Amino acid sequence: MIDIKFAEKDTKIMSQEPLIIPSFQELQNIMDSCCSEDVEAALHADHVGIKGLAALLSPLAHDYLGQMATRSQEITLRRFGRTVQLYAPVYLSNFCTNRCAYCGFSAENKIDRRILTLEEVEQEVDILYKRGFNHILLVSGEAPKKLGVDYLEKVALLMRGKFAAVSIEVQPLSTEDYSRLFRAGITAVAVYQETYERGIYDQVHLAGQKCDYDFRLETPARCAEAGMREVGIGALLGLADWRLEGLALGIHLAWLRKQYWRTALTVSFPRLRPAAGGFAPLLNVSERDLTQMVFALRIFDQDVGLLMSTREEARYRDGMLGLGPTRLSAGSCTAPGGYANADSGGEQFSVGDERSLVEVCAAIRKIGLDPVRKDWDCEFQVGKS
Amino acid sequence: MLEIAGRKFRSRLFTGTGKFSSSEVMRQALEASNSEMVTVALRRVDLNDPGDDIMQVLDREKFFFLPNTSGARDAQEAIRLAKLAKASGGGNWLKLEVTPDPRTLLPDPIETLKATEELVRDGFVVLPYMNADPILALRLQDVGAAAVMPLGAPIGTNKGLLTRDQVEIIISQAKVPVVVDAGLGAPSHAALAMEMGADAVLVNTAIAVAGDPVAMAIAFAKAVEAGREAYKAGLGTQGSEASASSPETGLGFLR
Amino acid sequence: MEIIVNGENKNIDSGTSVEGYLKTLDINLETVVLECDGGILKRDEYPVRILKEGSVLEVIRFIGGG
Ligand code: SF4
Repeated sequence: MIDIKFAEKDTKIMSQEPLIIPSFQELQNIMDSCCSEDVEAALHADHVGIKGLAALLSPLAHDYLGQMATRSQEITLRRFGRTVQLYAPVYLSNFCTNRCAYCGFSAENKIDRRILTLEEVEQEVDILYKRGFNHILLVSGEAPKKLGVDYLEKVALLMRGKFAAVSIEVQPLSTEDYSRLFRAGITAVAVYQETYERGIYDQVHLAGQKCDYDFRLETPARCAEAGMREVGIGALLGLADWRLEGLALGIHLAWLRKQYWRTALTVSFPRLRPAAGGFAPLLNVSERDLTQMVFALRIFDQDVGLLMSTREEARYRDGMLGLGPTRLSAGSCTAPGGYANADSGGEQFSVGDERSLVEVCAAIRKIGLDPVRKDWDCEFQVGKS
Repeated sequence: MLEIAGRKFRSRLFTGTGKFSSSEVMRQALEASNSEMVTVALRRVDLNDPGDDIMQVLDREKFFFLPNTSGARDAQEAIRLAKLAKASGGGNWLKLEVTPDPRTLLPDPIETLKATEELVRDGFVVLPYMNADPILALRLQDVGAAAVMPLGAPIGTNKGLLTRDQVEIIISQAKVPVVVDAGLGAPSHAALAMEMGADAVLVNTAIAVAGDPVAMAIAFAKAVEAGREAYKAGLGTQGSEASASSPETGLGFLR
Repeated sequence: MEIIVNGENKNIDSGTSVEGYLKTLDINLETVVLECDGGILKRDEYPVRILKEGSVLEVIRFIGGG
């Protein structure tokens, strides 16, 4: 097998500091320049460049979905073995000072708001610990005055030693704050750009710190700088053209790889789900589209962790097992305090897969994969002080 | 155009100046190669027979001198040679070589990393010769190496790109230019390295000991150019059996 | 008195400067670098630096190398 390598142009994009994501028009031009030979080449290459990714995301690849599945499965199996990682989100707070048109936590929505006390956090994580989870994702809205680094540090210390991995998905922080949280035991950060298309970004981010596209874009780099073991990026599907979104995501991913070789990377593909506020997706992204995007990114980056949350239905998540995704959430509740108290209101979005961890594990085992809940112990991490 | 530490090079063939039968043959071969960067070593002058002077033979307008630290067995010796090279008018560029094993002349990764760090701090532009170890390449890059020079095969063996898979990883990961050094015994080896996306190659023995060094220098120049062109053009794939009509078995769950 | 130049013992008159000694050799001063007793000598030091008994002098220059 011979490779198609990053072309010279790719190298230029990858070496810029800071990263500038090409405009969607430029991305469209790259995609328009692809032919079906590019799709075939990308399907057989060890290293796929930006053009190859564009080809795999393009309408031309539509007819190759079967082969993309085979290739994606082959790569995933070789790189990750017969395993699937599992995690559960813990919603710490649904206070948010931002207004994002698509989100149930958006400041203007009239929902029950609360922030968990440390005791309540302990209760929630204990339940998940007993259920057998080893990887927790701490989620909150963005309200730095109510939920700041001090709070997060306390939560991290409280969980330390009990869990293998603790990720956070909260407001963007400074490098120093990320270092502090790393030392407290936080292993990973997820921060999604939501959309890489600036016009639409401005259109859906109505108020708050999140309106600053560039600050958000630079956040994953700050996490890596601070020594986080893993950084997750992603885009909300249903805002801009998913094909170009996927291409921008791939560029962001490749750039992070080039700049921060010590950091493991993951990508999420959240499709917009019904939420308070009644926001309708700006455009429809079908299961088939989502699938093509997952396969394209897997073929583009053989080492990236691919996340699949409970936004998707059980049937779809089971079908995708082993084909590309490497990490699934399970038994998720998206309202603060929702594990201890089943009727906690104020959820971020409604879940599509309501099965318990046990059920999800059974489904994973059924197709011959091993559900692993652990690949590190945050107790081991030291960090630079 | 290739750029290292702000300096541009039209030719991606770097050449060594050792092992030629005479200074005159060397001059002719290097001029024929179109190479713009030549490596030179530092040695004691033979007081009884000073012989010809390489500085005199090569036109320094045409050739950029890259002094090496050949012979150094640890970081300290290399740093001493680096300072001497700078004092001899060699500028602040350096091909760092630390080779404790006189048999294989393989580079010492630990001493190389130490020396790179210190020399960068002292303002040198350091191009370390290294084994084709991807993590070492990144560590050297992190401490400020201006390029990395992984070996294709042990020096002087002419065995070609034995380290191909490792070099491939280095090329895909490194931010700094990658110059494949040592072991390239034939123009085809150089072409392969360039097709893979190496930024340049360094050739010495294969040209110096060829039956006709001038002709061989030309052959290498062509191979390097061809390899680069092929890389830019985007190589096709071999044995593609992809066809758009393959069934979507396994995707029946999609709605 | 004796000095060591490039590893060889050499007899010279005492009071000889570095430059004075170098002139007895058939080399181009522009292309060599000198190290005297472990320190690199600058060009303008050649005439004023007087060699001492047992001084270790290294006369170095670029040669061919890969
Ligand atoms: S997406 Fe995040 S920042 Fe925006 S409203 Fe929701 S919780 Fe707040």
